[in-house]
Amino acid sequence: MELEARDQKVFSRVGMWLFLLSEILIFGGLFLVYAMYRAKHPADFHAASMELSRFDGTLNTTILLTSSLTAVLAIFSLQELNKPRRTALYLAATIGFGFAFLVVKAFEWGAKFQHGLYPRAAELGTRPHGEILYFGLYFTMTGLHALHVIIGMVVLSVMLAWVLGKKVTQQRSAVLENAGLYWHLVDIIWIFLFPLFYLIS
Amino acid sequence: MASHAESAGHHTAFPWFTDHGRRPGLRGFLTSTNHKRIGMLYMAAVLSFFTIAVILGVLMRIQMLSPDSTFLTGQAYNAMFTVHGIIMIFLVVIPGIPTIFGNFFLPILIGGEDMSFPRLNLFSWYLYMTGAFVVLASLALGTGPVDTGWTFYVPYSLKSTVNVPLAVFGVFLLGMSSILTGINIVTTTHQMRAPGMSFFRMPLSVWGLYSTAWVQVLATPVIGITLVLIMLERLFGIGVFDASKGGDPILYQHLFWIYSHPAVYIMILPAMGIISDLFPVFSRKNIFGYKTIAFSSLAIASVGSLVWGHHMYVSGQSDTASIVFSFLTFLVAVPSAIKVFNWVATMYKGSVKVDPPFLYALGFIALFAIGGLTGLVLGALSTDVHTHDTYFVVGHFHYIIFGGMGFGLFAALHYWFPKMFGKTYDFKFATVSFIVLFVGFNLFYMTMLILGWAGMPRRYYSYLPKYTDLQVIATVGSWIMVGGLGMMFGNLVHAFFRGKKAEANPWGGATLEWQISSPPSFENFEKVPVITHGPYVFAKEAKAGEKGK
Amino acid sequence: MSHVRYFYVWIALLVLTAITVTTAGLNVGRVGIIIVLVIAATKSTMVLLWFMHLRSEKRLLLKLLVPIAIATLAIFIGLTYMDILTR
Repeated sequence: MELEARDQKVFSRVGMWLFLLSEILIFGGLFLVYAMYRAKHPADFHAASMELSRFDGTLNTTILLTSSLTAVLAIFSLQELNKPRRTALYLAATIGFGFAFLVVKAFEWGAKFQHGLYPRAAELGTRPHGEILYFGLYFTMTGLHALHVIIGMVVLSVMLAWVLGKKVTQQRSAVLENAGLYWHLVDIIWIFLFPLFYLIS
Repeated sequence: MASHAESAGHHTAFPWFTDHGRRPGLRGFLTSTNHKRIGMLYMAAVLSFFTIAVILGVLMRIQMLSPDSTFLTGQAYNAMFTVHGIIMIFLVVIPGIPTIFGNFFLPILIGGEDMSFPRLNLFSWYLYMTGAFVVLASLALGTGPVDTGWTFYVPYSLKSTVNVPLAVFGVFLLGMSSILTGINIVTTTHQMRAPGMSFFRMPLSVWGLYSTAWVQVLATPVIGITLVLIMLERLFGIGVFDASKGGDPILYQHLFWIYSHPAVYIMILPAMGIISDLFPVFSRKNIFGYKTIAFSSLAIASVGSLVWGHHMYVSGQSDTASIVFSFLTFLVAVPSAIKVFNWVATMYKGSVKVDPPFLYALGFIALFAIGGLTGLVLGALSTDVHTHDTYFVVGHFHYIIFGGMGFGLFAALHYWFPKMFGKTYDFKFATVSFIVLFVGFNLFYMTMLILGWAGMPRRYYSYLPKYTDLQVIATVGSWIMVGGLGMMFGNLVHAFFRGKKAEANPWGGATLEWQISSPPSFENFEKVPVITHGPYVFAKEAKAGEKGK
Repeated sequence: MSHVRYFYVWIALLVLTAITVTTAGLNVGRVGIIIVLVIAATKSTMVLLWFMHLRSEKRLLLKLLVPIAIATLAIFIGLTYMDILTR
């Protein structure tokens, strides 16, 4: 009673989607907290969001959306075109975009630290409650998201190695597909984080 | 249920616990991805942690023998009820049935060879053990055992100087393990069913595990992030729960109970599923209302995720919210009641045999009913105001969790023992153990209900002298109860080593696990079974008309 | 199956991003949050359908998962909101 390779691919996709579901619920909990405090302090949230750079946020959004494109092209290159070298290039590009995202984020955080707008900072302590909560949530949510970006980059790097080492091939591409799903989820979470923190009108 | 597994009764392949090539003995167990071995790893772990938590409970009851007892300090008592709660809830009751019996039997019940993700399954166990050791380590290391109650309410959990982050991190790991187990169970149920095993031909125990797995996947992440927020709040002061920064302590309670209420359905649904398997077998009659019971499991899982605010009626939640949650709480009682009616209706005009598994099943019904009815008292706003945070609540949830899930677990143990180990146990001794346990249980927890109604608060290490007599009765009840537990486990352990050989199908069950050898071989089935009718069609009925379901 | 569709989706995502950023710059008041959330939901749906292949997915279970997640979150957030707003 051998499990066919085809069946394994289906299982692993179902399992991966269920895992993504749990990730959505994790961030969902944070979105819940955000929703409650924004409802209580709408003006403070707006004021605090003015401290963020819309340019940086838009840049990062563009970076991640493009990385999603290169991720899906990587999978397409392997599954439809059977061109592992091209796959590897697209994977490298995706990882590169992830790195770029983190660099921008590091600059953003650095700027906040400089202005004293981080948890327990003296300057933040002088601001109204809504702004304190906004920045508490900002660091928590973008921090947790960045952690997932890092994990995604690690996973994609392993995929890159496996594609080059022929452990992942056109016939055995389920794990690459699942890695792609994970990366896209990371992108989707940012698609929501961006307007909620940067575009409060 | 027709099957082509001719190996019933024969030991043509190795039983699952004999060495199967790779690594011998204990190391073989610790590295095996076979679902039966993993089920046993969990059984050993869960029962060990259960024992630790029972001991903590016994110590607490000794403290409560007199109002001026100095057996434990106040701090020690607080730590004890906290750790008793954490171990029981996160290490025993939530994982218990899905990881032990779900792992061991789900693949067999649906005619499969293993779970969908065997390696992930083993990883789940290691995650569970790591979380368990972190929690237990937090008792001994650093600043001392957690004393916040298993509910970790803010602001105390933010300020208490004991090992809150460590304990919280341990629970976080346990949550991750639970999510992975849930993913495995959902995928396995969808993907690994044998030919002919449609969803509505699955045993109801599988429906129980399946509904539970959805709650595990959807609700557990919420407590995961909540615990992370506690750690972040303590480490960095982000402010989300800190009132001095605008944070709302009640928001913590929302987040906590959004998981922890559905968690009680994680606890009870698998047990109910097993009970649904037992009633047909021991009444030798098809279950009354199969589809209703199956859908009621889904209904309990979903409606049960809407009622969490009933833990917060007196915490400062708005009146509107309290009213809405109270209404939803009454709704969720309906599918549970439907199950009870259907089980009892199954017995009507059946040929009932009260063997030990069924004895525990009947005990389940009685105790779950009492627990459920006391839940109505707590669910109603006016009466909850008086009973909240009293022994009434403690009595209620011990009836439901211990009387429900616990007795469901014991029923499963006695039902599946011959299958798992190929040995039988002493029925008479099992029956006597049950009686002792049942008497002790009720003496203990019924007294708690009375004490709570009379105003005795929970989580107090001392009390007004007027409660002394009842406290003593409760403690004596606890001793009898623990005695019964000891007898029950002792009987099974003895049978494990010295029991007589069991047949393949000692109860005349019609589900797939009874069509294979006792104990099962490593691959479960020699040939893939083909299913042609429902799970509770017994010999007479099978002959009469196989075109059943 | 051509890969060009992926570029089209990417362009659409960038356009939607531009729209949402521009809208935020205008003074639209309280409807602003609804607009940005609708656009974010649209972008996410496009990623789900095309980049994550849900559009060509045959299994019903997988197509239902995201709606289930959203429904679950909506309930959790909704009932909690009900408390926060009525205190």
